[in-house]
Amino acid sequence: MGRKILLDKIDIPGILGFDVYRNNGGYSAVEKALKTMSPDQVLDEVKKSGIRGRGGAGFPAGMKWSFLDRSTNNPRYLICNADESEPGTFKDRYLMEKLPHLLIEGLIVSSYALGANTCFIYIRGEFKYLVGILEKAIFEARKNGFIGKNILSSGYSLDIYVHPGAGAYICGEETALIESLEGKRGNPRIKPPFPASKGLYQCPTVVNNVETLASIGPIIIMGGEEYAKIGTGKSTGTKLISASGHINQPGVYEIEMGISVEDFIYLDEYCGGIRGSKKLKAIVAGGSSVPVLPENLVFKTAKNETRLMTYESLAEGGFESGTMLGSGGLIVYDEDACMVRNTWNFSRFYHHESCGQCSPCREGTGWMEKVLYRIEHGQGRIEDIDLLVNISKNIEGNTICPLGDAAAWPVASAIRHFREEFEFHVKHPEKIKNKDHGNIQKLFVP
Amino acid sequence: MAKVTIDNHVVEVPDGTTILQAARLIGGDIVPPTMCYYSKLEGSGGKCRTCLVKVSQSSGKDSRPMPKLVASCSTPVADGMVVQNITSPEVLEARKAIVEFLLINHPLDCPVCDQAGECDLQNLSYEHGLETTRYKEERRDYPSVDIGPYVKLHMNRCILCYRCVYTADQIAGKRIHGILYRGDVAEISTFIQNSIENEFSGNIIDVCPVGALTDKTFRFKSRVWFLNPFLAHRDCPTCSGKVTVWKFGKEIYRVTGRKDQFGEVDEFICNTCRFDKKGSEDWIIESPANIDKQSVISQNHYMKIKKGSIIKPLEQKTEPQD
Repeated sequence: MGRKILLDKIDIPGILGFDVYRNNGGYSAVEKALKTMSPDQVLDEVKKSGIRGRGGAGFPAGMKWSFLDRSTNNPRYLICNADESEPGTFKDRYLMEKLPHLLIEGLIVSSYALGANTCFIYIRGEFKYLVGILEKAIFEARKNGFIGKNILSSGYSLDIYVHPGAGAYICGEETALIESLEGKRGNPRIKPPFPASKGLYQCPTVVNNVETLASIGPIIIMGGEEYAKIGTGKSTGTKLISASGHINQPGVYEIEMGISVEDFIYLDEYCGGIRGSKKLKAIVAGGSSVPVLPENLVFKTAKNETRLMTYESLAEGGFESGTMLGSGGLIVYDEDACMVRNTWNFSRFYHHESCGQCSPCREGTGWMEKVLYRIEHGQGRIEDIDLLVNISKNIEGNTICPLGDAAAWPVASAIRHFREEFEFHVKHPEKIKNKDHGNIQKLFVP
Repeated sequence: MAKVTIDNHVVEVPDGTTILQAARLIGGDIVPPTMCYYSKLEGSGGKCRTCLVKVSQSSGKDSRPMPKLVASCSTPVADGMVVQNITSPEVLEARKAIVEFLLINHPLDCPVCDQAGECDLQNLSYEHGLETTRYKEERRDYPSVDIGPYVKLHMNRCILCYRCVYTADQIAGKRIHGILYRGDVAEISTFIQNSIENEFSGNIIDVCPVGALTDKTFRFKSRVWFLNPFLAHRDCPTCSGKVTVWKFGKEIYRVTGRKDQFGEVDEFICNTCRFDKKGSEDWIIESPANIDKQSVISQNHYMKIKKGSIIKPLEQKTEPQD
């Protein structure tokens, strides 16, 4: 069993309440930071820890914080990105539902390090029930003097607000999130300027994922160097993986970075193997946006090294034979899964969630979805497969925000690794029509 | 000041200028086409992606290329930057793809569209588009609606450039229309059947790069290439009164703002000038207007337009060493 840093207190009864959390060592990071450390020392610890953004891109959090424009007198903001909408990812929801105070603690310490006096938690609209849990936690922390004016007599003041969105995937993109928080249409902004210099209300802003911010508290308590010892290479610390798909034990697991993918899928303490002792067919390692990996590349990289659950190892081989750790949403497919249908389903999601601002993504996602719908429903043409590859190539890299890339990668990788299956769909339409997939409603009929 | 090289032409511009504006200073073939950017409207640009260019050297200090193609309308220049537009096959390839994307949901009803002949999308697809379509699916379909007494909205033709939204915000003062929904079902609409009646609202017709917003007083009257444009003015209490009138014989068929060489309106005009003053006695004619050679209006000149093609980079002249 690996070491647990985030979820170590999760089994304590009543941990949702402030008193139980406090009695179990909670908020000691706030005390340590505010009483004994300067903001720059906190920033140094985070830099030393080498923690990488847990939202998907894996950008080092300490570096992101150091980009914050400190030259102006404008107020600075910290935004916690709780708009977790990636299909296959459900770690932030779990964390907020079970350990709200861990997040609040991380927010206080992070805001202190950044010099922000206002902090927003932008939460996804569908997570309505979490708003109450978080607000109760904020209320309790405020009552006990951890939020508000002059926290622990240090002279530092902080307010935390919870802001529910309206349930758009695109609002998880940081600039779209800021637009939405300002009360506008959730369209991503054109960068530069980056949020670090001009973000919320044109003021310097840092946007971080829930898991990243929740890790700040433990990092301060144990020290950045100690935290960096966990994990391998540049992937330090522990990571929450939300495992789903055809496995025996779906759920959220905390792993030390560096265990092998094979161990994670087959060990009993994690996923517990494939459901019904079937064969593995493919995995999606980091939420629906990342390229899909076929069975022969899951456990070994193309260079025949063991594939580990780290940012680098999963990305080994680029997009030809690798994928990304992304947000840690592992989806496992057994031998019965239909990759064409899966790709269509992902594509349908991106078509629905494209904001419609820039042309390649607005038109391209819809086009791909319609073509995939035809292939999946027995009306495909053989030239459609190359057409899909070409559309995804044309979208990739030409859009304002990464949603276009996220829509293009699953399609391109599915065709790269499972081309025979697409060809089978085109050549045997009658067999395809008789497939039974359960009763999935048709949301979009092109 | 920053020295920028765009397709082997060197230009010196103030810091903060965008690549597109620097290219416009040089002029000619190397200016990237734009569908959504409008220099007079703050915040426009970056959406259509037709102006993508390749930055092969980020700045004098940093000789690395930028990893992706960048939108030239919203990327500021840096000293020593090297930009490739029509010298890069990658850029032309991407532009071709963008034109295809813009056209897949476009009804291609140019034969009955009032904008035909002065349509940015038509020109763009002539230069960069494919001759056939690979799109075999159904196109999105909306009914055409009246938004206000003067403007007709054909949502089918819209490419969602947001120009009219910015115009209503910044020129007309009060905006009562906007974008509803998202993705490829997003549409321009007035909330709850409002009508657009603001004094400067007619300018949304001029800024529309396609035939989505058309002049109801000119609908189906004539094709634009049969009309003769003249620069004219009148003493208008609301606007500058400097317009282009489009005449057929002695009759004035329509009035529009004066456009510059990049298809942008110089001075926005009011609705009275645009829609109500159509008698020859209302206007003082100055001179015939220049016709953009890119446009169909200059009859038969389409053949002379260069199709988008890669030009070979000029050979670097090495200065003789002393």
